[in-house]
Amino acid sequence: MGVENPVPELLHEYLPIAVFFAIAVGLAIAMVSASLLLGNQRPDDEKMTAYECGFDAFDDSRRQFDVRFYLVAILFIIFDLEVAFLFPWAVSLGGIGVFGFWSMMLFLAVLTIGFVYEWKKGALEWE
Amino acid sequence: MIEALFFYLFAAVMLGAGLMVVVSRNPVFSVLFLILAFFNAAGLFVLIGAEFIAMLLVVVYVGAVAVLFLFVVMMLDINFAEMRAGFQKYLPIGLVVGGILVFELVAAMYGDAFSGATLPAASEISNTRALGNVLYTKYMYLFQVAGLILLVAMIGAISLTMRRRSGVRRQVIAEQNMRRREDSVEIVDVPVGASARTVATVPPGKRER
Repeated sequence: MGVENPVPELLHEYLPIAVFFAIAVGLAIAMVSASLLLGNQRPDDEKMTAYECGFDAFDDSRRQFDVRFYLVAILFIIFDLEVAFLFPWAVSLGGIGVFGFWSMMLFLAVLTIGFVYEWKKGALEWE
Repeated sequence: MIEALFFYLFAAVMLGAGLMVVVSRNPVFSVLFLILAFFNAAGLFVLIGAEFIAMLLVVVYVGAVAVLFLFVVMMLDINFAEMRAGFQKYLPIGLVVGGILVFELVAAMYGDAFSGATLPAASEISNTRALGNVLYTKYMYLFQVAGLILLVAMIGAISLTMRRRSGVRRQVIAEQNMRRREDSVEIVDVPVGASARTVATVPPGKRER
């Protein structure tokens, strides 16, 4: 396969984003390397330790998270996907007619059942 | 020409990031390199004109899945040294899986699996509209199945991870609003000379108004 004509006009619209990224990356590199090159580098053991409000660091920064963070993230993904389905629907709603409209309404209804379940179950409460 | 330059830039950074995902010492760095790989894949999708997929990759994978991966990495109590020791052990399995994937890709590229597939002319119709025109009508059943899968995922995640904690005092807003002044505040006539202790020990309701 292979696309013969990969829409150059479309890519022109992305030129500002590419410029933006180039400036952002350049600026980031410039700032980090400037502080690395121009600043005085006199490291010692105490300076290199993790700063934890003055006292010695208790332990590793990695520790187990509460599983509820994970639940919130999963629920976020699911509604994120729901919204992702809404974009093409909104764009082509004029062309797909009443059937397309109710198709999406059914989809939303199914997910609303899940939302009501999650609400009633108290999954959104933090306690 | 510039397009080819960008293709090689994205592809090179993506491959480098993918390599770092595997060999990075710290799993958190692995996830961050995975995010970099996602971004570059999005760039590649933009280059072939698949705008919607590119944006979806950024929104869903970078915005949500990567966060989930970070949580998983932080939730699991992994010993880094042990994990590095498994590197050699899992190498053959990884090579087999990678080999199968390469074989499939080559077969798809040089075989005629996609000869019958029709690509909509990318310049005529926008990517998102092309999807929307068929997804909600022609592929309506698949679309509804996607909704049901999301519902199952939601219920599954809740029933797996939800547990009630005992001894937690929740805020009940209705109860707060139902409270009247008489329930909580009262004016007590303190007799001259009585100590505060004797007044406080009189149970509410028996106090003089």
